Amino acid sequence: MSARTDTEAAMTQATSGITPDSLSTTLKDKLGASHVNIQDLSGGCGQMFEAIIVSPQFTKKTTLARHRLVNGALKEEIATIHAWTPKCFTPEEWEKKKGA
Amino acid sequence: MNKIMLSRSGLSALAGQALRPYRNPLLSSRFAALQRAFISTETRKAIDSAVATAPVVLFMKGTPETPQCGFSRASIQILGLQGVNPQKFTAFNVLEDEELRAGIKEYSDWPTIPQLYVNKEFVGGTDIMMSMHQDGSLAKLLEEKGVLVEAEESDASSTSS
Repeated sequence: MSARTDTEAAMTQATSGITPDSLSTTLKDKLGASHVNIQDLSGGCGQMFEAIIVSPQFTKKTTLARHRLVNGALKEEIATIHAWTPKCFTPEEWEKKKGA
Repeated sequence: MNKIMLSRSGLSALAGQALRPYRNPLLSSRFAALQRAFISTETRKAIDSAVATAPVVLFMKGTPETPQCGFSRASIQILGLQGVNPQKFTAFNVLEDEELRAGIKEYSDWPTIPQLYVNKEFVGGTDIMMSMHQDGSLAKLLEEKGVLVEAEESDASSTSS
């Protein structure tokens, strides 16, 4: 599904309307995320994303519950993309991970 | 090691009886709109029985032998590495059944495939399986539910199966 050229990538992205930036904004709004880093692994077609999401709302939640929060916040977006890999951390966990 | 999984084709067979056209008031046009918005009772029932076909159930794209997506492949590999007993495992290919493909997402309230169920309980998708595989909690879960192949051929009297 990856685009063959940059132009093609830009065009498909424009149609799907999903970019790392649009996803970040939604996550910051809806989950109060303090840090979001989204990588588009699709080569631009807007189908495959990997995300690091840091939010205090993840505190004391299981991985499943964290993913459900994120999935809820991005319901429409995720429905149109093929692959979505969220990695969810609380601010404390993120500090530790960065330090490690 | 890779031969472990059996696949079973989609839900059609299971759903077949439920979908016979007896007079179902829910199929009247009045409810058509509702049915588009929510998965039908029939689909839900069919998925209920799919989830109950084995202690370990994976909804995936493709079959265990030929997965059609990297994430489904990874999930199968994880279950293989964990040593899940093939007799306690069933895979459903969502690509064979559009109703299942759409239905399972709503059933689990989870937007992506694959999806793993253990003892009828939703565990998660590939990311979660991967992190549980790495931190040992998947091994613990599968062990507790008694769905792994015995480590050694035990000649002792086997328990119920």
